Amino acid sequence: MKILKVFISVFLLIGFLELKSEENNSELKSEILKNIRCLICQGQSVYDSESEFASSIKLIVDRKINKGLSEDEIYHFLREKYGDWVIYDPQLNKNTYILWLLPLLIFLFGGAIIYKKTSKKNE
Amino acid sequence: MKNKLNLFGVIIFLIFCFIIFYKGLDNSNTYTPKISKIFSIPIFEAKDFNSNAYFTSKKIFEDDTFYIVNIWASWCVPCRTEHPLLMELSKNQSLKLIGLNYKDNLNNAKKFINEFGNPYSQILIDNEGILSVEFGAYGVPETFIIDKDKKIIRKFIGPINKEIVEQIRLIIK
Repeated sequence: MKILKVFISVFLLIGFLELKSEENNSELKSEILKNIRCLICQGQSVYDSESEFASSIKLIVDRKINKGLSEDEIYHFLREKYGDWVIYDPQLNKNTYILWLLPLLIFLFGGAIIYKKTSKKNE
Repeated sequence: MKNKLNLFGVIIFLIFCFIIFYKGLDNSNTYTPKISKIFSIPIFEAKDFNSNAYFTSKKIFEDDTFYIVNIWASWCVPCRTEHPLLMELSKNQSLKLIGLNYKDNLNNAKKFINEFGNPYSQILIDNEGILSVEFGAYGVPETFIIDKDKKIIRKFIGPINKEIVEQIRLIIK
């Protein structure tokens, strides 16, 4: 009887862990697909698109996740094939540094103007 | 004086914005992926169209020659327009054509080949579109030139035309 109880507990635990891992994979898949641009239905992510291209990408992402590839490795694979444009979240590189640094520069410039104005008022 | 300078600045800014948006009107809003760097053919295993046997990419591209990979489907109308040009290219002894049958019905694809001729030395089945993604394609038809080092050196999106056939001839010369 005791053995049966242990066996059932182990069986349930394995089932639960498998379910949890499937849930995690599905969340990761959705997150990745929402960050991939559909190249033939522009303005839509692969997640939202039902195009042939999107369905192939969905399948590939699913298989790569099941193979144990990380999110970054999947993005790297897609960048190799389609360039940076395919990912919504661009990496910092020589083509995108203006995109990343411009908001910071504008923020610093605006901050300097505000600082100058307030310090003048205080004087 | 200060007000005039401000007004001048605002006008310059508006003109700048106008030019940017005006130029933007001419730009196409469809993105075409380019081969930014030359990459090797993907490593894969695919089912043969005729024999249903599986072939590895190493076996498919084993000859020391130029290869053309053409993605096609019987339901794809532009594939019909480019097919006579592929037939013409297939006569060239210094290259081999590999067809990638994309998400197609096998019977329809066979009818297509029987009707229009078979320019391919081998046809592979890509029912899920995964092979096409491995090649960096995003639709049909698409054509890739693979050199003797097994690198993808050119990619043509959409149906090929006579100019592209000339370009291909120049590359493989």
